[in-house]
Amino acid sequence: MIDVLGWISLCTGVGFTVLGCLGLVRFPDLYNRMQAATKCVTLGTCGIMLGVFLKSGFGALGVKALLCALFVLITVPVAAHALARGSLIFGVKLWKDTVKDEFTDDRGGESIIEGPK
Amino acid sequence: MTILIVVLSLGAFFCLYRALQGPSIPDRAIAVDIMAVIFSSITALMAIEYKLAYLIDLSIALAVISFVGTLALAKYLEGRSLDD
Repeated sequence: MIDVLGWISLCTGVGFTVLGCLGLVRFPDLYNRMQAATKCVTLGTCGIMLGVFLKSGFGALGVKALLCALFVLITVPVAAHALARGSLIFGVKLWKDTVKDEFTDDRGGESIIEGPK
Repeated sequence: MTILIVVLSLGAFFCLYRALQGPSIPDRAIAVDIMAVIFSSITALMAIEYKLAYLIDLSIALAVISFVGTLALAKYLEGRSLDD
């Protein structure tokens, strides 16, 4: 029973991860790509680590896998947020069909993007 | 299990395409970051496939190193120094 749950968790995690990577290839601009890849890969990696824990039990391997899942759950969105903010200040343009840019709205409507880079 | 590892490697190839093709620097950075997380997953799968429990330590180390590297690159793109 636990083994079947572990397999289900592993397969779900791998599916989410691969679909996130497909989004990294297919989406139109940097910010779309970043949110697709980051969210899907975070959930997928947590699923894979949970599957490793379920398949190996309460040993050194399983507990370290849970620790790794917790670490990935905290750090990958933080890293992507920092990189998105950094790239907006660096001057990467938004997609032409973007409907809402709250980062620019919060600064009183003036864009901080100077020119094409 | 082998099928899962092969499918994850396919995802890593997608990331490699974006890292080689990406029009801007943050594209390549996020692709390499995601690729490191995928390699961490592959390492965890290999740990239970080949019964090598120490491989999960490598998985944690990969996640830590990619996080620190991405944060450093993000601060560099913002135009700040590392002790800011």
